[in-house]
Amino acid sequence: MSNQIHVSTRKGLFTFARDQGSKNWQISDVSFLGDPVTMSLFDSRDGTLYAGLDHGHFGVKLHRSHDAGKSWEEIAVPVYPQGELVGQFPSPEGAPEVTPQPASLSYIWALEPGGADQPELLWAGTIPGGLFVSRNRGSDWELVRSLWDLPERQQWFGGGMDNPGIHSICVNPQNSNQVSLGVSCGGVWTTPDAGETWSCQADGMRADYVPPDQANNPNIQDVHRLVQCPADTDSLWVQHHNGVFRSTDGAKSWQELSNVPPAVFGFTVAVHPHDPNIAWFVPGVKDECRVPVDGKLVVAKTVDGGQSFEELRNGLPQEHCYDIVFRHCLDVDETGDILAMGSSTGSLWTSENGGDSWDCLSNHLPQIYSVRFVK
Amino acid sequence: MPQVVFTANLKRHIDCPTQTVSGQTVRQALNNVFAEHRQLRGYILDDQNNLRKHVVIFVDGQTITDRRALSDAVHESSEIYVMQALSGG
Repeated sequence: MSNQIHVSTRKGLFTFARDQGSKNWQISDVSFLGDPVTMSLFDSRDGTLYAGLDHGHFGVKLHRSHDAGKSWEEIAVPVYPQGELVGQFPSPEGAPEVTPQPASLSYIWALEPGGADQPELLWAGTIPGGLFVSRNRGSDWELVRSLWDLPERQQWFGGGMDNPGIHSICVNPQNSNQVSLGVSCGGVWTTPDAGETWSCQADGMRADYVPPDQANNPNIQDVHRLVQCPADTDSLWVQHHNGVFRSTDGAKSWQELSNVPPAVFGFTVAVHPHDPNIAWFVPGVKDECRVPVDGKLVVAKTVDGGQSFEELRNGLPQEHCYDIVFRHCLDVDETGDILAMGSSTGSLWTSENGGDSWDCLSNHLPQIYSVRFVK
Repeated sequence: MPQVVFTANLKRHIDCPTQTVSGQTVRQALNNVFAEHRQLRGYILDDQNNLRKHVVIFVDGQTITDRRALSDAVHESSEIYVMQALSGG
């Protein structure tokens, strides 16, 4: 059972903690008050806490702490080598020429540890689309050329952002050489060999925001969030721009689930750590209207692999609610019972019973970018 | 020698005292600053070594014109101000 949550917000990193057995979560620490913290990572392999900051004017930074956030040291950030470009080049036949732009780190969108057998190895997914690896706990970063140099990577495009990005990194806990990425917009990419080779694995996904003849192109799918069940690593779930998809064969194929109430649009998904059939979503109306349906916040939960869904509302605002829960803002602890989610308008909730009921920890935090249990 | 002054907003994040350094262009002067303050480079320049999009540099009261090569000339008595654009939120 987790007793600590790191909440990354537009104006700082907030740590919520409670005593063992208590339901009374309290803010126990605040780091970087006033600064945008876009991502945190607690690495259980060695106890290091990482924080990604976006200073806007002064760029993206990474810090790490060896004492649970009491003190921090600034470390290296992923850097795109000189001369690297982003943009669709060469343009597809018949399409207007697009001028490539210099590649420059604009956001760290994913930060994950390698496997238990890879001490000190970290992965970082970034905008504009580069995957980086560090083999020394973030002291140095290296662009993963095997993915970056693929011609298909050059066809990725931004969905809501100016440039494409890697927001989800799933390291297979049973085989840490196998890594799956969620790309917006670029589908799902997997490597079986620690990044030596890559393949796009989004067959079965459907995009309704491109011309019909391109709808099933795996490499243009706008995956909003990708998660993998640790206990059954062939089971993956995706919240996509226009739907929900599930794979039970290690991302080789995907099935669309169109029965998610009250809507299939959303940004986030969490999967139960022990039961691949249990997953949670936080739907919104649709692309053009990113608010909860009827102003009522709902968590949609399936316990049967997506055959049916239940709408969970107990404890969530059901009147004039305009909170949206973004990609990294829903997390489940290692038991599968405790959930936490944070919203675009600074609300934070936890559930002790798999989402059946929710407790509000705050309605007054800054905009929330990431919610992660210490586990 | 030219003097390089950094916005107080940047001093919140990283040590960047006013410095007097040699150099005949903005690039040369900044490189000499970065030689002593390595981590400061990433706050002022992006991955491609260009001036960050929302950072502006004044030399003797005039904004520089070459944001890529930073070739604007500086003189012995020049004051180089590294500032930020304003934003809300």
